Amino acid sequence: MNNNNENALIVVKNLQKVFKNNNGDTVQALDGIDNVIHNGEKVVIIGPSGCGKSTFLRCLNCMEDPTGGSIFFGGEDLADMKVDINKHRENIGMVFQQFNLFNNKTVLQNIMLAPVHIRIKKAGGIFAPTAVKKQIKEEARQTAMSLLRRIGLEEKANVYPSKLSGGQKQRIAIVRALAMNPQVMLFDEPTSALDPEMVGEVLDLMKQLANEGMTMVVVTHEMGFAREVADRVIFMSEGKIVEEGKPSEFFDNPQTDRAKQFLKCVL
Amino acid sequence: MNWQKSFAEFWRIFAEQNGYLVFLRGLGITMLIATLGLLIGIVVGTVIAAIKVLPRYKKITRFFQKICDFYVAAFRGTPLVVQLLLAYYVVPGVLGVSWPAENVCVVIFGLNSGAYVSEIMRSGILSVDPGQMEAGRALGLSYPVTMLKIVIPQAIKNIIPTLGNEYISLVKETSIVSFVTATDICKSFREIGDATYEYVIPYLFMAIVYVIIVLVLTLLVKLVEARLRRSEK
Repeated sequence: MNNNNENALIVVKNLQKVFKNNNGDTVQALDGIDNVIHNGEKVVIIGPSGCGKSTFLRCLNCMEDPTGGSIFFGGEDLADMKVDINKHRENIGMVFQQFNLFNNKTVLQNIMLAPVHIRIKKAGGIFAPTAVKKQIKEEARQTAMSLLRRIGLEEKANVYPSKLSGGQKQRIAIVRALAMNPQVMLFDEPTSALDPEMVGEVLDLMKQLANEGMTMVVVTHEMGFAREVADRVIFMSEGKIVEEGKPSEFFDNPQTDRAKQFLKCVL
Repeated sequence: MNWQKSFAEFWRIFAEQNGYLVFLRGLGITMLIATLGLLIGIVVGTVIAAIKVLPRYKKITRFFQKICDFYVAAFRGTPLVVQLLLAYYVVPGVLGVSWPAENVCVVIFGLNSGAYVSEIMRSGILSVDPGQMEAGRALGLSYPVTMLKIVIPQAIKNIIPTLGNEYISLVKETSIVSFVTATDICKSFREIGDATYEYVIPYLFMAIVYVIIVLVLTLLVKLVEARLRRSEK
């Protein structure tokens, strides 16, 4: 990885994403994104709808496969189709707009599933000794319970997601990602599907994470959150990064016309 | 026609001359072929469906998808009787082996059902929110693991009524297995009739037996469905 900044966690170079729809038309969703996300940095991505901000976020863990350019993470180029993407995704937590809790699992099972499965696989899969499996499960259960305690939802451990409110679902989705102990968390409009009175509880949890030094990349429409938490704001339009900078500078003194126009509409 | 005499004749064979044993054996064979057939069908159908819903950009997946398409076309394109006849009378000759009729029936019913279940299962998988797959993949789980642990359990819940349908039609389709010498319910009543050359009562009885089996299965499917729905509340 040839970058001069040792603190870099994700290095994005000339990232391209072209969507093809069924009748053969192509849409250039991302057009040459260059960016470096540093350890411990909180980056908020904003922009008008359709500007490519969610696509950019989803390319960072290859939920969308990039059609060009590279994404360096953990010493490998994730855009290379030969890379074992699952290994890297363990270290990249992701939170979705629609929560996506597993409907057929209880809250506790939701949080434990991936850590248990992946650790057992590393210990030899179905051939791992029973005692080892038991220990992995017990540790995962304790981690999951302490995460639930932290968000005050331990009494919901054995409840199915259909019984939870939107805010509870999203907070559980966040700790489910945290249970993997990721190096970076990606948030894809985490509060956009919530009732207004539940936005606060989710943002509070995100602020706590930020204060603990978690590296975060957040796509959001919550300008207040961006201003308060972000180290850096990225403003995107038509698949390109138009402007970026410290939130105070960006919000109070935007440089480009496109950003000025956008901020006039949302602030 | 003397109904009373016909019935007396039938009852004599059925109850007193071990006709009921022939029937019970036939009932066992019918349920065995239909049940094992359905189980094999679910496994085969799930594998085919999981391959068919894969994203199409890799050459190897397109190759497997072609094989699955061919399989489904072959088993849906020929009548079940033809498949049974081929498997029982033609294939053993070509391979130089022989196998019991019941085994052939179980395997052929399973493979045939797999072709139909694959389409049922595919629609079930497509009915599960794509976000479920995304969430599993984002946590670092592989495609097959997420499919098996998250998507397919939810898909099965959605398609239980349709699978029940498939089970019921399998039970009724077993009535053709005497083409390859297996003794199912249908054959057992024909044998009872053969004993007296009196077929009216045995065949009416046979129809009633099929109706009862189907009603019981319908009830079972409803119970299973209710149970699966409750487990998520």
